[in-house]
Amino acid sequence: MTLSTSILLTIALAPLVGCLLAGFLGKQIGRVGAHSVTILGLLVSCGLSFYVLYQITAGGAPAYNHNLYTWFEIGRFSASVGFLVDRLTAMMMVVVTFVSLLVHVYTIGYMADDDGYQRFFSYISLFTFSMLMLVMSNNFMQLFFGWEAVGLVSYLLIGFWYKRPTAIFANLKAFLVNRVGDFGFLLGIAAVLYFLGSLDYQTVFAAAPGLVGKTLQITQNHAWDAATVIGVLLFIGAMGKSAQVPLHVWLPDSMEGPTPISALIHAATMVTAGIFMVARMSPIYELSQGALSFVMVIGATGALFTGLIGIVQNDIKRVVAYSTLSQLGYMTVALGVSAYSGAVFHLMTHAFFKALLFLGAGSVIIAMHHEQDMRYMGGLRKYMPITWITMWIGSLALVAIPFTSGFYSKDAIIEAVGASHRWGSGYAYFCVLAGAFVTALYTFRQMYLTFHGKERFTVVEHHGHGHHDHDDHGHHKPGELAHAPHESPWVVTLPLILLAIPSLLVGFFTIGPMLFGGWFGQAIHVEEANNVLGELAGEFHGAAAMALHGFWSWPFGLVALAFVITTYIYLFNPAMAGKIKTAFKPLWTVLDRKYWVDDVYFAVFARGGVKLGRLFWKAGDAAVIDGALVNGSAGVVQRIAAGMRKLQSGYLYHYAFAMILGLILLLGGFWLVGQ
Amino acid sequence: MFNHLLSLLIWLPVVGAVPVLLAGSARPNLARWLALLMAVLTFVVSLFLLPQFNAADSAMQLTESHMWIASLGVHYGLAVDGISIALILLTTFVGILVIVGAWEVIQDKPHQYMAAMLVLEGLMIGVFCATDALLFYVFFEAMLIPMFILIGIWGGPRRVYATLKFFIYTFLGSIFMLIGLIYLYLKAGTFDLHTLAALPLTMQEQSWLFFAFLIAFAVKVPMVPVHTWLPDAHVEAPTGGSVVLAAVMLKIGGYGFLRFSLPIVPDASEHFAWLVIALSLVAVVYIGYVALVQEDMKKLVAYSSVAHMGFVTLGIFIAFMLVRGAGDVDMAKLGMQGAMVQMISHGFVSGAMFTCIGVMYDRLHTRSIKDYGGVINVMPWFGFFYVLFAMANSGLPGTSGFVGEFMVVLASFKANPWIALFAAFTLIIGAAYTLWMVKRVLWGDITNPHVREMKEINGREAFVLIAFAAAVLALGIWPQPLIHLMDASVSQLVQQLAVHKI
Repeated sequence: MTLSTSILLTIALAPLVGCLLAGFLGKQIGRVGAHSVTILGLLVSCGLSFYVLYQITAGGAPAYNHNLYTWFEIGRFSASVGFLVDRLTAMMMVVVTFVSLLVHVYTIGYMADDDGYQRFFSYISLFTFSMLMLVMSNNFMQLFFGWEAVGLVSYLLIGFWYKRPTAIFANLKAFLVNRVGDFGFLLGIAAVLYFLGSLDYQTVFAAAPGLVGKTLQITQNHAWDAATVIGVLLFIGAMGKSAQVPLHVWLPDSMEGPTPISALIHAATMVTAGIFMVARMSPIYELSQGALSFVMVIGATGALFTGLIGIVQNDIKRVVAYSTLSQLGYMTVALGVSAYSGAVFHLMTHAFFKALLFLGAGSVIIAMHHEQDMRYMGGLRKYMPITWITMWIGSLALVAIPFTSGFYSKDAIIEAVGASHRWGSGYAYFCVLAGAFVTALYTFRQMYLTFHGKERFTVVEHHGHGHHDHDDHGHHKPGELAHAPHESPWVVTLPLILLAIPSLLVGFFTIGPMLFGGWFGQAIHVEEANNVLGELAGEFHGAAAMALHGFWSWPFGLVALAFVITTYIYLFNPAMAGKIKTAFKPLWTVLDRKYWVDDVYFAVFARGGVKLGRLFWKAGDAAVIDGALVNGSAGVVQRIAAGMRKLQSGYLYHYAFAMILGLILLLGGFWLVGQ
Repeated sequence: MFNHLLSLLIWLPVVGAVPVLLAGSARPNLARWLALLMAVLTFVVSLFLLPQFNAADSAMQLTESHMWIASLGVHYGLAVDGISIALILLTTFVGILVIVGAWEVIQDKPHQYMAAMLVLEGLMIGVFCATDALLFYVFFEAMLIPMFILIGIWGGPRRVYATLKFFIYTFLGSIFMLIGLIYLYLKAGTFDLHTLAALPLTMQEQSWLFFAFLIAFAVKVPMVPVHTWLPDAHVEAPTGGSVVLAAVMLKIGGYGFLRFSLPIVPDASEHFAWLVIALSLVAVVYIGYVALVQEDMKKLVAYSSVAHMGFVTLGIFIAFMLVRGAGDVDMAKLGMQGAMVQMISHGFVSGAMFTCIGVMYDRLHTRSIKDYGGVINVMPWFGFFYVLFAMANSGLPGTSGFVGEFMVVLASFKANPWIALFAAFTLIIGAAYTLWMVKRVLWGDITNPHVREMKEINGREAFVLIAFAAAVLALGIWPQPLIHLMDASVSQLVQQLAVHKI
């Protein structure tokens, strides 16, 4: 059994065809036409992705690695468009197309009243195409193409409601912060070409061991280890795309986009591209303890400190957004301790339960007529039971209750960090443990505020129409609804249910092979000395035993503690939340201001950049070059000419005098020379 | 076999301008259609270059040579290699689009405008074909005249200042080149570029000549600090003038470096490569910041042109560090090809950007960013193109803007990682100035009531934008055909660099 090129091409191109049809012929084919063609494209793509996964897992198909066409060829350098499909890729393809398919279906309900319906379907299909190009790439050029293309779609989707000033601020911010990451990423690719002489994965990985001992001359007497340089530069790209500290600032703002894309792009798939990339580059990262330590410390910092911000958020989507930042930190920590398969495993489970949480939050937002502030929610469980139950499932997976998918992936990461001896692993272990507590705090708080307790909204039935415009949801006072909240239509709840199933179960069935059974095979390379998961494998006696053991572990204890605290506060003593806030006012301010990182960036880079530009423009171009040199020299010519003109007085005696003077000087000169 | 293809290409539009002029202001439509016919014919003829040309052969081809000024030994010598053909095709392609783009926009003396455009096109093709230095010089100077007229007559309120500045700036530069060429003639007894390339020169001679050429071509590219004519010229020029200026004319500077500086004075070029590289990086970073704060859209794109052309000069001059320093011919070719692709790509992208600004200007009669906002609400199709070209201007992969920059950054990392670091900064600053403009012009709610009256693009405008979009995407998705076309010529050039003249 071998993978066929035509099937892989179909997987990648089917969403693109849907995108083009819905985008360019949106008016002609109408709303139904637009969602039909794009969903059909995704169905084809998703079905074939499952088939490829089946072929490669059960059918024993070897990894596929072929170029489709040559992008450029210059001397010994070339870049192609081609596919590398091994187990890592196949798993990513299934995750991407599956979540994307469900999001497409969900969008029918969520965007039902939006004028940009066709445009939205076109964008999310374009996103799916770009993401597939990214994960299926067999070389760095195409990787960068997919990398930037998903960034473009993210830009377009965050700014989807382009009339909102906040949305078009957020999308510009997202694009530029990502570009800072891409700046490092591009240099990383250049470094790969410089040291390893190729852009093709296979060639690069084969040559990677040759990096050992090579250095990059930075200054006269300073050189950096080649593998560390490549690793850190490529990871800077991942920091942008996967929103790692300190390039994380764009992700919370990206919530300005419609909720379906928050689920698809800013939780399940695009933001995990950086994680996927580092896992894919494991043969390079394995050569540098320094780069891995860097990755680990960055990830650990994000895992804890962005989670803390989630505790003070009131916007239901922002809680989930900060949770995503924190979970991306967990994945990054796993990469940093060489537990690549652990990172990718968490990537997969997280894709399911976080997409579920986002889509659930979206369902709540529909019910609340586009009110996102949890202070005006409460008690929603009786209005929307399916959303309530499925979101609890997602939450349990997020806080890692044993037997859920999230438990297996997160606990494995915490264990792996604990087992690691790499520089910084102590700090990282503290962060991921404390992070487990924090995760539980904000998650339970969110669930209680939304679904439990007293209703903090009132239904005012005076409008008598179901108008809820996305661009203008301010014509009610906060907390006033025109209709009672109700459960969302089936196109919304069905994806929730279909995501709840893997959120609960997929971990139980896949942890064995994926983490400890070498399922990824050649796709992920770990040096023997770094193999923390290999060490843990000895203690692994099946998924059920691991879950049972999980009840007696530190993380579970912390989660239980958080459960007790939040239950007491939000169910039994709601006034206490305010008291705690007042008692810890300075701390609360620090979190509410997001450590002032956004403010500093805006002041330094945005305002500072504009100031610098003005200075360059006014002082450099206008004053020095144009003022002094160009127009200045023209001015000098003019002044000289004006002076010369005065000599041309037109009086005969002036000229006669000048002639005589000239004669005298000339004769005098001859006389002097003659002497 | 017909072997006057290049002459035909040059003189078809120039001579074709005569009937366009004769159509007169009484029959503007006849003049327009005649001009379009000439432009299309020229484009079709230029396509015949491709089957005639053997891309595997690095020699100059389709040669024509006649004695022109016998007493000075000046030849009317024409020939092309892959680099020339790429630039000629760019010229004839853009030639059609500016005629169509100006169709009803130019109401004042359209026949003269169209005729000037055709003459300009022919002269620019001449520059790319000339193998005799004096013939090159004649074309190089002659093309200033139609451009001077285009800006001076159909330009904006400060057109006289702008056009004089443009003329004197470029003219001053080329005077130095003329002196250099006369020196070379006295030494070699010929203006034939091929012979001059083989002429042995001392380091001192080469240095003087290098700076003579540098001044001429640096003004044309333009490089910092002799770039200030460009924003003024663009702001005042009519849309078509801006498009030709950005898309083709600036390329002549880069082309000049390839044809003159590199082969004739390679050792001085190597010696002073650091200077050109430094100025190129200044163009990327410094000009990037200047572009960020522009309030006039045309000025912004003009500054962005300067920054993008920095990649051209960077790609050309790191070749010395790579060939002679690192001894890596392939890497040098990568950088050189990157510079070439960047030239072609910038032709499409800047042409398209200026066309977009022209489309908006025709409706609102202002280029000031603050007068716009929310254009997407009334012109969604236009918005699609504007975002596409803005992304190409930011170097997004999949568009042509990425290809050249990518290749130059890859190559410069080998020359020196710090060069690559500064060059790659364009990713951030380029996106910042372009997309900030997009944010303020395209997105948002409508604040200026006049914006609400803006009409969606018509079929003619759509044609021009679609043509540019097709070129931008084709080159971005599959650059190999273009690279293959130029490969032998670039190889030849790079090998020539390795040979010391002293």
